[in-house]
Amino acid sequence: MNEQDSSKQHLPRRGFLQLALGAVAALMWMPVSALAALWNKAAFEATTQPEAVKGLQVAGETPSSEIDIVAPDFAENGAVVQVEVKSRIPGTEAMAILVEKNPTPLIANFMFSDGAEPSVVTRIKMAETSNVQVIVKAGDRYFTAAKMVEVSLSGC
Amino acid sequence: MRDMKMRAQLKAGVTEVKALISHPMETGRRKNALDETVPAHFIQLVTATLNGRKVLEAQWGTGISKNPYLTFYLNDARVGDKVVITWHDNNGESGTGEIAVTAA
Repeated sequence: MNEQDSSKQHLPRRGFLQLALGAVAALMWMPVSALAALWNKAAFEATTQPEAVKGLQVAGETPSSEIDIVAPDFAENGAVVQVEVKSRIPGTEAMAILVEKNPTPLIANFMFSDGAEPSVVTRIKMAETSNVQVIVKAGDRYFTAAKMVEVSLSGC
Repeated sequence: MRDMKMRAQLKAGVTEVKALISHPMETGRRKNALDETVPAHFIQLVTATLNGRKVLEAQWGTGISKNPYLTFYLNDARVGDKVVITWHDNNGESGTGEIAVTAA
């Protein structure tokens, strides 16, 4: 597996900002909300889990049994591992999925608004056997849970 | 534009929205048959709205599988309501899909 500097591969932030600030934004077909959430480069490009967590500005996450992670115990193909994540913590606003042993551990960060249940199903890549960690944000508190998934064929 | 398959079904008061987006999701680490590194090309932002109101916003890294699959759930959607999903990737490409909520 070759590490490659991907610093040039991010959204043109300045362009996004200018659009969001301009009156043009109102006329664009793109929802302004998409522009407001700028991609968290520091967190997504972090190569260790603690760095990724730091990038998410998580301070002191508490282990919780109110987070459900449904993932296979054993995944044959690490390129496609289906995970279902659900938070039963009241006031859940956001949910991040991390794979500890991936070259870049942060997989995704989901932010839920009014009327959306704090629950998603998606498919992720796993480089090797690792914990799949979920961090939930509820107000200014953070909660976490993890599930070990054994991987036989690397998916990174 | 890249293809997106969507379904939104209301059952027992909860609407299950499923989406399958056609996208390579290249990490920037993979080598092709000629041993050349394939540049990173992946979706970074995904937004979902219900009748124009934002319900879900996601930031993705390279760890989401090729041809991303996503399911999420809405509490107060009704049959006929419109769900729209929009994505943006690191190359400035974007795509959008919309579907009306149906009864299961």
